[in-house]
Amino acid sequence: MPVTASTAPSPGLSAYADVTASEASLRRFLHGLPGVDQVGAEARAAGLGTRSIKTTAKALALDLAITMVDLTTLEGQDTPGKVRALANKALRPDPADPTCPAVAAVCVYGDMVGVVKEVVGDKVNVAAVATAFPSGRASMEVKLADTREAVAAGADEIDMVIDRGAFLAGRYLQVYEEIVAVKEACGSAHLKVIFETGELQTYDNVRRASWLAMLAGTDFIKTSTGKVQPAATLPVTLVMLEAVRDFREATGVQIGVKPAGGIRTAKDAIKYLVMVNEVAGPDWLTPTWFRFGASTLLNELLMQRTKLATGRYSGPDYFTLD
Amino acid sequence: MARIDVRKTYKLYIGGAFPRSESGHSYEVQDSKGKFVANAAKASRKDVRDAVVAARKAFPGWSGRTAYNRAQILYRIAEVMEDRRPQFVQAVQQSEGGSAAAAGRQVDEAIDRLVWYAGWADKLAQVVGNANPVAGPFFNHSAPEPTGVVGVLAPQSSSLLGLVSVVAPVIVTGNTTVVVSSYSRPLPAVTFAEVLATSDVPGGVVNLLTGDAASLGPWLAAHMDVNAIDLCGLAGDDAVTTELEVAAADNLKRVRRAPAAEPDWTAAPALSTMTDFLEIKTVWHPIGV
Amino acid sequence: MNFEYAPAPESRAIVDIKPSYGLFIDGDFVDGHGTAFKSVNPATEETLAEIAEADAADVDRAVKAARKAFRGWSRMPGRERSKYLYRIARIIQERSRELAVLESIDNGKPIKESRDVDVPIVAAHFFYYAGWADKLEHAGLGANPQPLGVAGQVIPWNFPLLMLAWKIAPALACGNTVVLKPAETTPLTALLFAEICQQADLPNGVVNIVTGAGATGEALVTHPDVDKVAFTGSTGVGKAIARSIAGTDKKATLELGGKAANIVFDDAPIDQAVEGIVGGIFFNQGHVCCAGSRLLLQESVAEEVMAKLKRRMATLRVGDPLDKNTDIGAINSAAQLARIRALAEIGEDEGAERWSPPCELPSAGYWFPPTVFTGVSQAHRIAREEIFGPVLSVLTFRTPAEAVEKANNTPYGLSAGVWTEKGSRILFMADRLRAGVVWANTFNKFDPASPFGGYKESGYGREGGRQGLSAYLKAGA
Repeated sequence: MPVTASTAPSPGLSAYADVTASEASLRRFLHGLPGVDQVGAEARAAGLGTRSIKTTAKALALDLAITMVDLTTLEGQDTPGKVRALANKALRPDPADPTCPAVAAVCVYGDMVGVVKEVVGDKVNVAAVATAFPSGRASMEVKLADTREAVAAGADEIDMVIDRGAFLAGRYLQVYEEIVAVKEACGSAHLKVIFETGELQTYDNVRRASWLAMLAGTDFIKTSTGKVQPAATLPVTLVMLEAVRDFREATGVQIGVKPAGGIRTAKDAIKYLVMVNEVAGPDWLTPTWFRFGASTLLNELLMQRTKLATGRYSGPDYFTLD
Repeated sequence: MARIDVRKTYKLYIGGAFPRSESGHSYEVQDSKGKFVANAAKASRKDVRDAVVAARKAFPGWSGRTAYNRAQILYRIAEVMEDRRPQFVQAVQQSEGGSAAAAGRQVDEAIDRLVWYAGWADKLAQVVGNANPVAGPFFNHSAPEPTGVVGVLAPQSSSLLGLVSVVAPVIVTGNTTVVVSSYSRPLPAVTFAEVLATSDVPGGVVNLLTGDAASLGPWLAAHMDVNAIDLCGLAGDDAVTTELEVAAADNLKRVRRAPAAEPDWTAAPALSTMTDFLEIKTVWHPIGV
Repeated sequence: MNFEYAPAPESRAIVDIKPSYGLFIDGDFVDGHGTAFKSVNPATEETLAEIAEADAADVDRAVKAARKAFRGWSRMPGRERSKYLYRIARIIQERSRELAVLESIDNGKPIKESRDVDVPIVAAHFFYYAGWADKLEHAGLGANPQPLGVAGQVIPWNFPLLMLAWKIAPALACGNTVVLKPAETTPLTALLFAEICQQADLPNGVVNIVTGAGATGEALVTHPDVDKVAFTGSTGVGKAIARSIAGTDKKATLELGGKAANIVFDDAPIDQAVEGIVGGIFFNQGHVCCAGSRLLLQESVAEEVMAKLKRRMATLRVGDPLDKNTDIGAINSAAQLARIRALAEIGEDEGAERWSPPCELPSAGYWFPPTVFTGVSQAHRIAREEIFGPVLSVLTFRTPAEAVEKANNTPYGLSAGVWTEKGSRILFMADRLRAGVVWANTFNKFDPASPFGGYKESGYGREGGRQGLSAYLKAGA
């Protein structure tokens, strides 16, 4: 199960104390990060996407991908019944095959944390979205209350959204301070910071947001809420993987990455794993440091897994629709 | 007692100055009827060497000027030539013979040719350059650039119009040049050099050597800091031009081969008079946010 | 976790390599009269096929066939010629997998490059010039431009089929006929292309392929009935060709060597720059005339870039060219490997610091690990001579002016790279770099619409784009 990377303040991080001392210094730092050339970044992501993962490597990748799934439902129409079913699926993704691993976590709205916890206990983590998900448009008090309530209900992980309005307006310190405050409200729960990269628009912004969140003490950086298109993409995830790689190089602190939304096929998931492997490095190839925020992806992974094991193509009727 | 006239000393034009030949040699120039006119400096291989150094030195500045500015300067050359028209007419007539009217037509054509080339300075890139629609998110364009230092062996017969017709297309695009003038008819070239010196043309852009193309040509053709050569002045001498072309291959000079015979210089020039001494540079840049 | 990629070999069953190949003259495969030679798979040293050598008489036959075909081909309406080229382009697309596999087997380049770069650009090149064949009056050479006649074309082994396309497509579009000599170590895709010409019902003699080494090439370019010489290869041979055609009316296009500077400023998009550095020198094992073989790093960012570059180099996968995950394939020949090794040793002897990531090389075949030299100065031979292998020389600079000076301080002038996020600086650099292609914030990009060719000793003439047409046309009466 995930362990906290940054429980103790790292000596490496203290070197950045000056950076977050003022709005001006933070802005200078973030704007001083190397730019990201869109075409080059996308070409690199596409190039990694041509890796051909076959046979034993594919079997390993599929199982690994399953263990990295944050099985997610974030709908207004969610009910305890629906969420319970999903939680059961998280424990036993393929009821027909006991060798199939469980997923990493179930990701729900805060009010459903208890329902999930009841089913999964300590076997699978419970992640709750918080801070006025998905828009982040609420007062700080509301966001913190939202967070505390989910933690109190037993959430192991909190997926917060940043205030994109503040970020795009250049009020970086405000975003930073919100993350610091939410992290504090998380207590021992893990914090994932969602950027909603589809709204940040540029890779330069994604890199800046990544560093901002990492300096603020997040455990994970996450692409998207799933409510805005585009959600996770390979190049956005590439930029975030480069950021966590560089951050560890600079501070010694390792941060996790979670692309969420839009990852639907097993082939896509494997492309992400290749990218993790070659950009951040093998150290990130565990559910502790990499997650997929997804729902339909799981069944695709299971179908591919069965195809690999049996040598024939499977169909949706053979997998649960929860 | 009749006044003793002050005779002119005909010198070389190198780096904006008028030195005598380093070798100290000069040669007798006669008019079209074989009458002595003057002694002209006889350039040596070391003068070639000095001229190449001057041309190379002038290249960054001249090629870095705006096209508009080069156009203005070429037009200025035409203006000053027009101003000194009688002198040119006399020099051409003296060199080439024929009537004053015929010489006048040569001079007029030479001046008009300069004006024509002057106008090309800020248009050629639009005609021979282009945007390239590549299959990807890239801005891509190709534009002509001067090739560098160009050696020019000027025509032997057409002492002014021919000279202007081979020099103007080279410099208008930003090249600098070392020119060897007609051997037997150098005087219009020397006068032209004096015009250049007073027409805002930076020193070293055009370096004019009076002398023998067949003996100076090999030094220019073999010079490793010369980027291109126009062999026009050796028209008809296949053996020598072949030898020079072979020498030019040592640093892959762009070679404008000599025509079989000197062309009719009054004909409208081809674009290749300029493009033969240009490089196409293609620049790529991604298009992204 | 250790994520090992299982072997993912592309099947070679798709290609049918014959035990021996003749010359392609006047629409037929015929015997050569020289001494046959072998083409070898550089990844395994296995003999692939025996190839006929064209002697001077064979070359003469090929030129005569081209001359005979020129009459009909040059007078054929452009729109008809264009349809032949479109046909060829389509067949190349249809047989792309076959061509890619064969190219990788014969050349040693990774299948992902032959599949994703070489062959698609080959097809694109034929498509591009197909469309010019009936529009030549708009090419900028006046209302009635004329083809030159018979083109003698000699191409290198680094991009065998791509260089063939660069040569043949514009020549044919303009109404010329060709005799092409592929490199002696990589003749197979050119011979498959001959079959494609047959499949397209291209009139006999329009394309002729003669195989052989230097002597065959020399016989071709010096043949008195060749009107146009097009050569891609070393600067040394290019100069010899320039000498050999002196005093003739032959026109020439020469695409020769390079020693490109890839210049990284401290405000560069560093991660993309690292990709550009890697692609610039390790693409195609560094067998690229425009390779970014001299890395110029601004001192203030040199350490950071080197750290990232080394980390990135450690992820390069060297090995079986047919494995879809291979990034760096085999060196094309034993001779080229020996040259790369010799220059790398000279680099060490001259005091530069050599580094390669740990990487296991196959026991058979010709291999060289991705290698970088730091502490290189302009005086080092590895900073001046074209190595034509996966070897990068790293130099540093302090100011833009110094970068320009170092970049231009070479007899070559083929290409250059600039990495900076400052727009005005890009244009400043692009203006001052004496190179035919400047890649700004990218590197090693090719497109049929984009002219390619060098300044100075990198040759003359351009291939690709509208400028590539004028190399095969003259102004009409």
